[in-house]
Amino acid sequence: MTTVLSQFSILCLYSAMGVYALAFIAFAMDLARRGALATVAEASAALPSATARRAQSATAASAVGRRGPDGASSTRVATATLTPGGPAGRGMEHDEVQRSIARSASLKVGITLLTFGFVLHLAADILRGIAAARVPWANMFEFSMTGTLIIVGVFLLVSLRYDVKFLGAFISGLVLVLLGVSTVRYYVDVVPLPPALQSYWLVIHVLVASLATGMFAIGFALSVVQLLQARRESLLAEAKAVKLRFLATLPTSATLENLSYRANIVGFILWTFTLIAGAIWAEKAWGKYWGWDTKEVWTFIIWVVYAGYIHARATRGWRGSRSAWLAIIGFSAVMFNFGIVNIFFKGLHSYSGL
Amino acid sequence: MKLSFTGWLRWFWRQLTSMRTALFLLLLLAIAAVPGSLVPQRGADPNGVTQFFEANPKLAPILDSFQLFDVYTSVWFSAIYLLLFASLIGCVIPRTAHHLRALRAKPPKTPIRLNRMAGYTTRTIAAAEPLSPRRGSAQAARAQAGTDASGAAIESARAMLRKLRYRVAIFTHPDGVSVSAERGYLRETGNLVFHIALLGILFAVGFGSGFGYDGQRVVVEGQTFVNALVNYDTFNPGRFVKGGNTLAPYSIGVQKLDVDYETQNKHAVGQPLDYTAHVTTRQGNDASVQKATIKVNEPLSIGGSQVYLLGNGVAPTITVRNAKGTVVFHDSVPFVPQDSNLTSLGVVKVPDGLSSQIGMIGFFYPTKHELPNKTFTSSFPGFNDPMLSLNVYSGDLGLDAGVPRSVYSLDISTMTQLTGGKTAVKPIELVPGATAALPNGMGTISLDGVKRYVSLSVHHDPTIGWVLFFSVCIVAGLLTSLFVPRRRVWVKVAAQADGSLLVEYAGLARGDDPGLDAAVAAIADEHAAQCGAVQHDDAAQQDDSDLEIHPVSEKIPEKKET
Ligand code: HEM
Repeated sequence: MTTVLSQFSILCLYSAMGVYALAFIAFAMDLARRGALATVAEASAALPSATARRAQSATAASAVGRRGPDGASSTRVATATLTPGGPAGRGMEHDEVQRSIARSASLKVGITLLTFGFVLHLAADILRGIAAARVPWANMFEFSMTGTLIIVGVFLLVSLRYDVKFLGAFISGLVLVLLGVSTVRYYVDVVPLPPALQSYWLVIHVLVASLATGMFAIGFALSVVQLLQARRESLLAEAKAVKLRFLATLPTSATLENLSYRANIVGFILWTFTLIAGAIWAEKAWGKYWGWDTKEVWTFIIWVVYAGYIHARATRGWRGSRSAWLAIIGFSAVMFNFGIVNIFFKGLHSYSGL
Repeated sequence: MKLSFTGWLRWFWRQLTSMRTALFLLLLLAIAAVPGSLVPQRGADPNGVTQFFEANPKLAPILDSFQLFDVYTSVWFSAIYLLLFASLIGCVIPRTAHHLRALRAKPPKTPIRLNRMAGYTTRTIAAAEPLSPRRGSAQAARAQAGTDASGAAIESARAMLRKLRYRVAIFTHPDGVSVSAERGYLRETGNLVFHIALLGILFAVGFGSGFGYDGQRVVVEGQTFVNALVNYDTFNPGRFVKGGNTLAPYSIGVQKLDVDYETQNKHAVGQPLDYTAHVTTRQGNDASVQKATIKVNEPLSIGGSQVYLLGNGVAPTITVRNAKGTVVFHDSVPFVPQDSNLTSLGVVKVPDGLSSQIGMIGFFYPTKHELPNKTFTSSFPGFNDPMLSLNVYSGDLGLDAGVPRSVYSLDISTMTQLTGGKTAVKPIELVPGATAALPNGMGTISLDGVKRYVSLSVHHDPTIGWVLFFSVCIVAGLLTSLFVPRRRVWVKVAAQADGSLLVEYAGLARGDDPGLDAAVAAIADEHAAQCGAVQHDDAAQQDDSDLEIHPVSEKIPEKKET
């Protein structure tokens, strides 16, 4: 029974990965389309003078989608900075661009595929849990499977509320890579829990850590786009040519920074909780709430880096790109902790099952 | 310009307590923590350190001179976090004082130009018809009515904002009246609670490690551990723990260790499923005996300490008789597990009663399994087919030299091997209940049975409750300081030439506040509804000017954010 269920689980997981790959393609096509649209918009709008542009990128206002009560998206995006609000003709072309982005078939397809992949992924996870008769996150393979599931889930939830769908390519790509590595390298058959893991803290600690990772992933992606966007804005201000045209259809760097901050502080609180829950569990299992075990060390490092990030946002001269770098370093540390520390570092957390 | 000594001190303090320094020290702390995960640490992994020294005899002493095997107690790591906490104290004290003053202060005066503020919007209240223009001119009557109406509008704004838990103050201006309101003082309170709780954790952890202790003891089934300094195998007192008889008086008798290993799942045969130690406890002078269990995630709480089940193993019960048949050795000897199937290695030392001192190195296999090369291993940790194999050495055990010797190792450099190895004499092999002859007619050895032992770890940490308390404060402080919006809102009413009232609404975010615009709009709508006002047309264009993000479909954010 166990074997049959875990084979079904693997089958679902492979299907989910296939669907994620399709979603990735759709999201990539959306980005390509945005690039093309931005070019069209730019060409049709008479190029505004450098001063006008500078003035506009200075006021590069928040542009993230605000949806009216009717649910219709009235996303105002960075292309707005290309079209001065004056002549009606230009305004109409701009609206046209906006409407086609909102209608973007590939974006919708991407989200639909991602949701479908999520459902398959969820089924894989649940089957694995039933097969093991416990929570499906007790070794590296299961932790990867559940962690990536939560990353997708968090992304889908967040994109219901905020206009961050353009991160779909990043999220589906990241999840694909993580799942690929873990199914090829980390796969282990269903085995029972060793006594040290038989604790409800396993459920809480690991689940919250995965949720935090999902938020940090989104924060990371937004920070990367923020840096690209900031570069584009400064190039535009100097009236230089820009690459990566799709950026013109995304929110301004200021908006991206705020979004990223929101994601990261939610992640930070969850991470704080992970750290405390881990300490409580360590106290129960090993008799010591804090022993500077390698895994504890990295959890601590990540926590301090994100505390630094939050501080940076309140420190003069550190807002903007510098703090974005800290968010990027923070998520890199999360990935390092997950991928490298678990496998190659010796410590009490040797539960990778490898 | 020359600074005096106190001038320098003040300058240094200002630098230390600046936000920039705090950020720098935080990042430095993160970097400084990294080496401790790359190099084994004496605190977490003492064996790893020994191995590292053996593998890298040149490099290790150099690393050691930089305290890289004790990173988290090193001078440089301590310096960073102590500076950080000094900075924290210097930062928190003035902010607390400032916040306490702000808690008692009135909201600040309404700015002159509200239309520059976030979420600016306006509504108009139509002129009320003066009811009875008895005194003075119609104009004066209209002015009077206007003032009454502004008063009413302001009063309703004030009441409404109070109900939304804003602190309010009314100001009069040459052109009208306004309410200035502020809310979200909890945000700063949360921030201060968070930072003070960080300090609390540092002190609690420091005290705990100074006044706590931990110790380990191996106890074989049937034995009793009495909590006294001499009875610990290893004991690590905190810096301020006085030795002697300050330990809480209690005893723990280990009756039995129940083990359960996986047998069904072919991917995990032999994997432990459960360890449960059944113990009896006795506290202080109380003669009554209590029954209890200790499991891996369920320590026993006794005498202000926690007792953990840290490990377990096998302890063969061995009897050695001399040639005359007199018992010269009888004990259950704990063996050290070598692999997950509990192949265990142990040493038996018989100093007296035989023709010479003998030492034996034994391997115990719970479920013996013969390998192609004729050696044994264990294929399952349960006692399915147990066997003990012993090699005997004779000579000086070195017990009289006064040098402490580990009970788990035998120094064979000065001893003669009598069985196994090159001796061409088969090692002694015993199953439980069996007896075999010792070489050279020295006597006999029997394996009476096999017990299990537990490795108990006792921790006494007087401040652990405080650490938990401050941790809870940290989470609570974080939640309030990151999600309670602190904002100012202004409502200003001005009479216009035609007798109607122009009501202006605006807000100001103090810190990250994505819901500000929506909040101002909601206040404007509700207030306008109460006063029967209409929306001003040109107000709509204002919402371009904010720099904050807008959650989709969010109308009244207060509910969600607290
Ligand atoms: C022990 C090291 C420190 C850690 C781990 C730490 C962590 C944090 C965190 C997580 C936050 C955001 C949550 C909140 O607002 O409560 C924060 C905010 C803040 N911290 Fe610290 N902090 C430390 C030291 C300091 C020091 C030394 C200062 C003063 C120089 C300081 C000043 C502030 C300020 C002003 C904020 C508010 C920032 C804002 O409004 O966004 N912190 N800190």
